[in-house]
Amino acid sequence: MVEKKNIFEIRDFSVYYGDLMAVKNNNLVIEKNKITAIIGPSGCGKSTLLRSLNRMNDLILSSRVEGKILFHGVDIYDRDTDVIELRRRVGMVFQKPNPFPSSVYENVAYGPKIRGIKKKSQLDEIVENALVRADIWKEVKDKLDESGLSLSGGQMQRLCIARSLAQEPEVLLFDEPTSALDPISTANIENLLQELQKTVTIVIVTHNMQQAARISDYTVFMYLGELIEFGDTDTIFVNPQNKLTEEYITGRFG
Amino acid sequence: MAIFDEELRALKERVLKLGSMVETAIHDSVRSLVERDSDLAREVIRKDHQINALDVEIDEECTRLIALRQPKARDLRFITTAMKITTDLERIGDLAENVAERAIELNEESQLKPYIDIPRMAEIAQEMVRDSLDAFVKGYTKMPYEIIKRDDEVDKLNVQVFNELLFYMIQDPNTISRAARISYVSKYLERIADHATNIAEMVIYMCKGKMIRHTEIQGNE
Repeated sequence: MVEKKNIFEIRDFSVYYGDLMAVKNNNLVIEKNKITAIIGPSGCGKSTLLRSLNRMNDLILSSRVEGKILFHGVDIYDRDTDVIELRRRVGMVFQKPNPFPSSVYENVAYGPKIRGIKKKSQLDEIVENALVRADIWKEVKDKLDESGLSLSGGQMQRLCIARSLAQEPEVLLFDEPTSALDPISTANIENLLQELQKTVTIVIVTHNMQQAARISDYTVFMYLGELIEFGDTDTIFVNPQNKLTEEYITGRFG
Repeated sequence: MAIFDEELRALKERVLKLGSMVETAIHDSVRSLVERDSDLAREVIRKDHQINALDVEIDEECTRLIALRQPKARDLRFITTAMKITTDLERIGDLAENVAERAIELNEESQLKPYIDIPRMAEIAQEMVRDSLDAFVKGYTKMPYEIIKRDDEVDKLNVQVFNELLFYMIQDPNTISRAARISYVSKYLERIADHATNIAEMVIYMCKGKMIRHTEIQGNE
């Protein structure tokens, strides 16, 4: 039997916002170099769970967690976790493209510079490499000095992906990365994610069920903070085992 | 989503309509043989065009629903099942047409023997079609297994008919052209039961998401 490489193991994990339990006792594994999609109605806790994977929720003051999230076997909620390093290894791309108000080049070089890389030739290489991997190099190579905000929505989103890739992450978390984009840009991003999957593990939250069906290997369905069903995307969309999952994906929910 | 539910209901009704047309074709084709009624046989042949047309219509509707509604889970399984079922129904229609063609030929000569097993086969095959469509519409999960078992009975009758006809042919070569035709009819009916079996198997897939085609059924579940 081939050993499955689980990059994350989520164990009895809960998140509270004040008294509200947003994520309830979730158990889940995230497999390396796979795309795992999290679907569910608004308020089901999917974004909270996603943000827990690189401790973005720490930024919300009232939040606290129970249980464990093991990243390569080590609990990221341990007291001595280097959260900055964790977020470098587990990057994030958001719903609305949010480039820094600086040049295309600076957007991508920002992270490596913070990490202490100063040599121009080395930075050039990192920037080009990241832009190539994000499939936007051809479009921006002649305007690296122009503002990142001058690009189209789809280009900005790929720039943000390049910015994350420059940090050489092992995992990329995507929170509704195409909900602000047109269908062509969406298709570009989806193709990009499938390409990136070869080198990066991807977890994506999406409201677009067809998107989950198109690109993910595994699908997680959440409802009211609970993890209702987790399985191969094929199974979830053809023959889900849970009635709630079935009702949700066939649009007969509630 | 209410529109989609309505479309699924309409699709179901069309499949049922096709099913009832096909059942009538089986029944009438065999009756045209037993009662030596060639006009009825010609009617079966003429009506096969309607079956073909409805088959095409259902296929187009399924394709449209897949494109426009992106069905998932049980909706997806229902639509793909409807597509496959109609192919089987259309083929059953063709076989009934073939029975009618042989009936016309046989009716032109004197009757070789009384038809006993042939109507029995037709009756079982027709029941199999009706029950499998009933299971399809109502989502019955047990009934398809019962239907699949009945196929063995039809297979046995087919062998029995053939052996009997062989006996006639050996005894008297003058019977060969009639006996061969009756043997065809028997084979057509046996094929109809096979198609009904396919439908029952697809219903199991639709209900459970489990393909049992080309596997041996063990027990009842």
